[in-house]
Amino acid sequence: MKLLAASLFCGIVFGFGLAMSGMTDIARVIGFFDIFGNWDPTLMFVMGGALMVSLPFFQLGLGRLKAPVFSDMFRLPTRRDIDVRLVSGAALFGIGWGMVGLCPGPAFAALSYMNLDILIFTVAMMAGMFVVDLVDNLVTGEQASA
Amino acid sequence: MPQEYLIGLAGGLSIGVAAVLLMVLVGRIAGITGIAFNGVFQPMSHPWAVAFMVGLPLGAFAWHNLSETPVPAFDLPMAWLIAGGFVVGVGTRLGSGCTSGHGVCGIGRLSPRSIVATLIFMTTGVLTVFIRGLLS
Repeated sequence: MKLLAASLFCGIVFGFGLAMSGMTDIARVIGFFDIFGNWDPTLMFVMGGALMVSLPFFQLGLGRLKAPVFSDMFRLPTRRDIDVRLVSGAALFGIGWGMVGLCPGPAFAALSYMNLDILIFTVAMMAGMFVVDLVDNLVTGEQASA
Repeated sequence: MPQEYLIGLAGGLSIGVAAVLLMVLVGRIAGITGIAFNGVFQPMSHPWAVAFMVGLPLGAFAWHNLSETPVPAFDLPMAWLIAGGFVVGVGTRLGSGCTSGHGVCGIGRLSPRSIVATLIFMTTGVLTVFIRGLLS
């Protein structure tokens, strides 16, 4: 129960920051990408602000802690290889982000605006994630039966 | 410095604090791609992810109410929204992360994968907006 309350609280603070910083404002996001036109540098300050907290924590703070307060262990990614999936996935993500101006966090945060456009975007986004896993499962299934 | 830069900075600090708290309290990386996938498609095995996802719109709602900032406008053709959303979904799942997981947390961890991913998605975002500008 404490784990869920803590997680909910983190989500609220995260969503608060997303809305405050303008990440849910597609005009601002597109303006940030428009470096050859009417560039809006605000999101640089957003990323800077977030890294001012996360960088010192992950580099200096996390190693001093034994375990999370409400669960058994810290779960951290371990992979360091740069593969085709990572590169092509990131490239596609940037294209979609540049098309509409919403990335996954702000898409969910902006659901509170009760706007049908955002709901359509978010459902299409989850469908995209689902399709990747569907294809992955088909491929591994075929390999297993071959 | 324009006020919106300072508000952006403060919003970024809030995002960073939330990411650090999620690791300290729950032991998880604040990567929305993974959290959203687990929260939506595997809610029973990841109840913490559901709780976090519920918090996102609540937090945004709280900001607009407390600051009395109007909600931003959205008006895009439906086909464009669906195409853009689908590409974001495929890309983030394939590339194992988005702005939060790769950008905020991954760069914070100095992960080579995340630094490369962030540079790539920022570049293709810029290129997409540039090409849209040429075509319109």
